[in-house]
Amino acid sequence: MNEGKNKYQSRRDFVRRAGKLAIIVPFALIPVALAKKTSASGYVWQIDPFKCTQCGQCKTNCVLTPSASKCVHAFQMCGYCDLCGGYLRQGVKTVSTGAENQLCPTGAITRKFVEEPYFEYTIIEDLCDGCAKCVKGCADFGNGSLYMQIRHDRCVNCNECSIARTCPSDAVIRILAKDEYMQKDKRQK
Amino acid sequence: MKKFVPYIILIFLFAWQSILFAQQRFPRPEFESGYTYPANQLPNQRGPMWEYFDVAVLLVALTITTWLALKKRSRQGLIWMSVFSLAYFGFYRQGCICSVGSVQNVSLALFNDSYTIPLSALLFFIIPLLFALAYGRVFCAGVCPLGAIQELTGFKPVKLPKTAEIIFASVPFIYLALAILFASTNSQFIICRYDPFVGIFRLDAPYTMIIFGALLLLAGIFVNRPYCRYLCPYGVLLNVFSRFAGKHLTITPAECTNCRLCEEACPYNAIIPSGTDQKREEPEKPRKRFILYFLLMPLFTIAGAYILYNLAPALAGVNSNVNLAREIRIEKETGIESVSKAVVAFKESGKTEAELFTEEEIIISRFRKASPWAGVFLGISFVIGMISLTIKSKINEYKPHQGKCYSCGRCFKYCPIIIKA
Repeated sequence: MNEGKNKYQSRRDFVRRAGKLAIIVPFALIPVALAKKTSASGYVWQIDPFKCTQCGQCKTNCVLTPSASKCVHAFQMCGYCDLCGGYLRQGVKTVSTGAENQLCPTGAITRKFVEEPYFEYTIIEDLCDGCAKCVKGCADFGNGSLYMQIRHDRCVNCNECSIARTCPSDAVIRILAKDEYMQKDKRQK
Repeated sequence: MKKFVPYIILIFLFAWQSILFAQQRFPRPEFESGYTYPANQLPNQRGPMWEYFDVAVLLVALTITTWLALKKRSRQGLIWMSVFSLAYFGFYRQGCICSVGSVQNVSLALFNDSYTIPLSALLFFIIPLLFALAYGRVFCAGVCPLGAIQELTGFKPVKLPKTAEIIFASVPFIYLALAILFASTNSQFIICRYDPFVGIFRLDAPYTMIIFGALLLLAGIFVNRPYCRYLCPYGVLLNVFSRFAGKHLTITPAECTNCRLCEEACPYNAIIPSGTDQKREEPEKPRKRFILYFLLMPLFTIAGAYILYNLAPALAGVNSNVNLAREIRIEKETGIESVSKAVVAFKESGKTEAELFTEEEIIISRFRKASPWAGVFLGISFVIGMISLTIKSKINEYKPHQGKCYSCGRCFKYCPIIIKA
């Protein structure tokens, strides 16, 4: 009787040991297989400004409210026009800073006179909600110097960006964290 | 030759300019007032150093939890550990980075050359599993923020009927199989998408996510840890690894006296009752069933692979490109112009339909290759599940079921044996 019991326990031990081995071996293979595919730096989400179609979904699809994706101004590309397609609504009667003339629904763009006939346009980041209306305006009538970009100080770096999942033009992509920002005036690859 | 060099450089410079300002309709102004371009304010991210800090916190938290569960045997300590993890991994790190989701990063990296996995994500995947292999599911006990929020809100444990428990407990296997399938085909991260509590951690989410999370927490007041038990895909891995744990939490600090006081202690049905006063069932019946299931294993495996192989085109619908191709095909068939944003953007992008359709075919063929394996996994798990139902334990003490036990320590106080240090 006693002997039989011992035998049973050793069999159970055997199953346990075999099972442990059967798990450890494929499990240990995962890091080996990934050895060459591991990077220390990790990824961040960025919008490729040349793919973006200004659909405006960044505003609503980010897990954050307001969205981590905001308008960024590439000053080097700007024409500094008085009649700005990103600042003024289409078909305005007067070119002025009046609220009724501004395209931005939150008034997040300010303009400053530089010299005749140039104006500098700046985004007040805290007011921008990422609706991309000005970006569309600038792309339609302008140099395209306004563009959407995901701001790292706000982005929580989700494993799968919920803007990326719904972005119709696949413009939201993972880039290596060391590259930080895809800037429109500094063309990357 | 030498005298042409400056011209060649000049041509290059012009070419560069033309690339850079291809979009320029209005020329760049030449300022006379000495205006300088303001610098772009592009704040940097939280440095990558911090990700390794997270890994360090994970390691320390796991070590402390192990000590609290196995050595100190303190439920109070485990609760404090849960509070800490909820605060740090949940509310401070806002639920990202988490081990549950890292399953997808690993499978994406394994099957896609374009993706290299961040080392921190790989470590978050491996370390809790190693701890499970050594000490059981201590990760669930006090480190996982998803587990912690449920542990802290499970006030009134109610036991589910055994059949319901068994049926619900099979859901995580399907969830895991689909998550790996979708991640490895570079389609979607469904675990992250349907993470119920991340909205609570961020105090901000789509309302559907909040409703799902709140409902789970409400249900969790009575049916403790509903996500861990009936959904968590990472829990499947932890479950399997923990079964072979070297050391595991015990109900009693010394030898079990079979007093039966702990019998009702576990809200997760994770206590294996002692076999001492059970009437012996004739061994013939379960043995026959065991052999039958064992012989049925190939059948179930093939059936799983067959079903999933045929489901592949339907499953491929989660991929946005496949979806887009289908939408465009419907548009062509019906002649009604599609106005969805994806279709509009596709038409603007200048990609041809033929390109998209070949892309769709490639993705579907990848699904065809991958999904039978998911079926094999499900078939084998199903049979092993059935087999484990036929095996009766022949132990003569009350022990936690190593796969199901979350090492939460609720059973400690039920054991009357106290060892004075």
